[in-house]
Amino acid sequence: MRQFLSVVAFTLITIGCFTAYSNYGIPQIEPAPPPKEEKLDLGSMTMDQFVALGERLFNGKGTCTLCHNSLGRAPLLDTLGDVTPGRLGDARYEGEAGNVEEYLIESLVEPSAFVVEGFGKKGTNDTESPMPDVSGGGISLSEAEILAVVAYLQERGGSEVTVEIPTDVGEGDEDEEEEEELEPREAVSDPKLLVSMFMCDACHMIDGEGGDIGPDLSGIGAARDRAYLRRAILDPNADITEGFEPDQMPEDMAEQMYVSELEILVDFLAENK
Amino acid sequence: MNRSRSNKFRQALIVLALAVVTVALAFLVFDQVNAIAAEQDVAAETAATGNYGPAPKLTAADYPTIAGVNSRVAVWIFAQLHLWFAAFVLAVPIFVFIIEAIGMRTRDKRYDDMAYEFIKVSITAYSLTAVLGGLLLFSLIVFYPQLFTYMARIFKGSMFYYALLFFVESAALYIYYYGWHWLQGGFKKWVHLTIGLVLNAAGTTLMLLANAWLTFMMSPAGVDPAGVFNGDAWAAINNFLWNPINIHRFVANIAYGGSIVGAYAAFKFLTAGTQQERAHYDWMGYNANFIAICALLPLPFAGYYLAAEIYAYSQQMGITLMGGIFAWLFIIQAVLIGTLFLSANYYLWCGMGRSDGARRYTKYIKYLAIVLVGAFLVWFTPHTLVLTNEELKSLGGPYHKILGPLGIMPAKNTAVNVMIIFTALSFMFYRRANKTATVSWVNAGNAIQVALYTAGIANIMFLGIYHGYFTNTVYKVAASIPQVLTTLVVIAASITLDSFIYRRSTDVGPVHWGRIPARAQYALFLLAVAFTWLMGLMGYIRSGIRQHWHIVDIMRDTSPDAFTPTLGYAANVVSVAAILFMAMVIFVFWIAQVSTSKTLPAGYWKEG
Ligand code: HEC
Ligand code: HEC
Ligand code: HEM
Repeated sequence: MRQFLSVVAFTLITIGCFTAYSNYGIPQIEPAPPPKEEKLDLGSMTMDQFVALGERLFNGKGTCTLCHNSLGRAPLLDTLGDVTPGRLGDARYEGEAGNVEEYLIESLVEPSAFVVEGFGKKGTNDTESPMPDVSGGGISLSEAEILAVVAYLQERGGSEVTVEIPTDVGEGDEDEEEEEELEPREAVSDPKLLVSMFMCDACHMIDGEGGDIGPDLSGIGAARDRAYLRRAILDPNADITEGFEPDQMPEDMAEQMYVSELEILVDFLAENK
Repeated sequence: MNRSRSNKFRQALIVLALAVVTVALAFLVFDQVNAIAAEQDVAAETAATGNYGPAPKLTAADYPTIAGVNSRVAVWIFAQLHLWFAAFVLAVPIFVFIIEAIGMRTRDKRYDDMAYEFIKVSITAYSLTAVLGGLLLFSLIVFYPQLFTYMARIFKGSMFYYALLFFVESAALYIYYYGWHWLQGGFKKWVHLTIGLVLNAAGTTLMLLANAWLTFMMSPAGVDPAGVFNGDAWAAINNFLWNPINIHRFVANIAYGGSIVGAYAAFKFLTAGTQQERAHYDWMGYNANFIAICALLPLPFAGYYLAAEIYAYSQQMGITLMGGIFAWLFIIQAVLIGTLFLSANYYLWCGMGRSDGARRYTKYIKYLAIVLVGAFLVWFTPHTLVLTNEELKSLGGPYHKILGPLGIMPAKNTAVNVMIIFTALSFMFYRRANKTATVSWVNAGNAIQVALYTAGIANIMFLGIYHGYFTNTVYKVAASIPQVLTTLVVIAASITLDSFIYRRSTDVGPVHWGRIPARAQYALFLLAVAFTWLMGLMGYIRSGIRQHWHIVDIMRDTSPDAFTPTLGYAANVVSVAAILFMAMVIFVFWIAQVSTSKTLPAGYWKEG
């Protein structure tokens, strides 16, 4: 019996160690929640907002950064404006695009039309792209979303944004999905989650992490009061922070939030001293 | 004798009844499936695609909720428990078959007895496997009816054969086990061995079928993008990831079976009353560990092959697996695999005490230990842990600043190969421990062995360092194949050479089976527990890389549980399941024990 108990204890301790290590020995990363259909209000969008939407899709639902990052898994997309003419003139080019916009759309829905040298699927001698068709399968960007991403890519790649914001987003067959979208979501109470949900950190540095399109919000509570912060979110163009341009921060941020969420964000920023 | 036989008979009856119930249940399920399918067919009629409609688009309302039960966790735990037992009862008959054949060849009865004892352990586990399989099926139907229906329509045929094969396997197993003592000697023994073969063929085919269902969910085939099945059942079975998983699982299951039987032997050793029993169970434990190690050695390669195929199937899935949120999981995996290698080696080293000649080798053990731990640490060093661009920026690059160079693939490949080579070396020392070579060229032979290992290790290191640090990214993994070849060549050559050196060797003395410290038995327990937990963890990643899809890109998971849980959460579920499993295993061992013990209650039976 004593032997039996010590074997049981040994087993439990071993399992306990593995569990403890998995819980405390490594960082607990909250995997991104499943992507949700965003409600697109294209009618009232400025081009900058459309581009910002494209960027959000690029970093989020599109999962583009999974591959297009500095690890060399896929080409960086910073010089698309310059490289496109070369792509279209290449002997290996099999597509039908005539300009940058068409080339980009084609790259997204028919990646194998041109495969950047060295990035093809193994063993296909650069004839087959490992990139998925982003309009189908796991990514499923809608037509409008693809255009938004292309607009973003044009801006990022240093060429003129030629894409036009679509006005007639296919109704009919999307009815079903829209019903789903209208379902109210639960209000979120974790400010960090709100920050990532609304992509504030795509533009703002918060606690040392995030983008640099907007001002650094780390320690903002020391400089601004609640009323200012609330206004900055509700109506971004009311005050323009020194050194930044107007019309950059999306105006409809607050419309997407519940009031309670706005207050939680404001509190969070105000206390961030 | 008679009593225990009728006991066994009753046991057999119970299990047979269970099998019948399971098959009946299976038929019921098909009925149900056909009913739902008929409904759906009406709905899909307009699709005009023959008998098969597209995969349904689900809403949260399609997932029944049952008060207080988390459907995902319920299915998860049942599936995992079923898998553990299934792996065990798949593996044991395979090596029992081999051990029986060895016994027939060598005419050494100890092998036959050991084989019998192994199969005895698996027989109760077999009925538990069936019960847990039934529970898994039941929970799938209850909690995920739409997914199950969709899958069942595609795999109707294979599910039917699965039930049928299960029947065949049960029959073969019971004849094999209960006929063991009856079918002895000459022709009868051959009949017995043939039944063992049938048993294994049925068991392995069962696993292959189940693997087809689960790999279909990862790499669907035979369906169009909307999920309309084209009727080609073989295409759906032979999907892209089927064989990579088949190979990895098959080998892993054998190693796993070995480790569990090892734990059984260890427990019997610790509680043995006589020296003779101790010797027997020590020998059994040694053989179980031997089986586990043999299967362990090729596993890393099978694992990398699997990962490479996942990558080839879908770059997105491959990156999710190795570079995305699951990157940290491989750190845990490395800890567990390191534990496996270290405990298996430790057991070998302890076992050298069985022979008097081992003293000649003990001084080398500490170096083996140092190298193994070192290689383990390299393997354990994080690979790319980049998750978001923000993290990338804050790290300043994809790799850790100081540990970076050790975290890349070539370094890990090198470490794994070194670990394997040193495990082989441990084995060589163990084999040599009790022998004295008599051939005249023994010194030359030893020098060649030393040269062989030195050259092999140097080559592995060179390949790793050259390709890892002096070539660009594309070629970094080019080293892995020559490295593996080096490892295999060194192991094969050294075993061959040793068999020549030790031809006509003399024994230093008798092998003292049973002369092994108790702590070595704990190494066997550690092996079994780490294996169990590792399997659970890898089950999580296999399902996890499907993310929010039931069937990748075909059928989306829209239940509240569609999110990917954190590693800590997954680890907790795995631990709970593992503890349940261990409790059941103890029950199995206990049953195996009580079925052989007799009590004589005084005054209960009529006298005279
Ligand atoms: C699974 C990895 C992966 C994902 C996800 C992915 N890509 Fe790609 N992408 C590649 C690879 C690899 C190439 C280079 C091969 C080729 O040209 O098709 C590429 C090429 C491109 C090109 C053409 C680049 C050129 O220089 O011609 C564009 C544009 C592009 N991707 C945009 C995107 C966008 C936008 C997304 C997200 C909606 C995305 N990609 C998602 C792997 C990926
Ligand atoms: C597309 C980029 C973008 C996104 C997304 C964004 N912002 Fe901004 N934000 C800016 C820019 C640019 C400015 C500076 C110009 C201005 O004041 O409008 C700014 C200004 C601010 C300021 C005022 C800072 C100061 O010091 O005056 C606050 C507060 C703020 N943002 C909060 C938020 C919050 C909270 C979110 C998420 C709900 C968010 N922002 C999302 C771009 C963005
Ligand atoms: C010594 C090395 C290894 C050991 C001991 C090992 C062990 C195991 C075990 C026991 C399982 C469970 C099998 C089952 O459920 O039947 C498993 C599954 C898995 N392993 Fe490994 N493995 C090793 C190496 C690797 C490597 C290197 C990779 C990839 C980089 C890998 C990837 C996987 C995956 C994805 C699964 C899930 C597939 C499945 O459920 O069958 N393994 N492994």
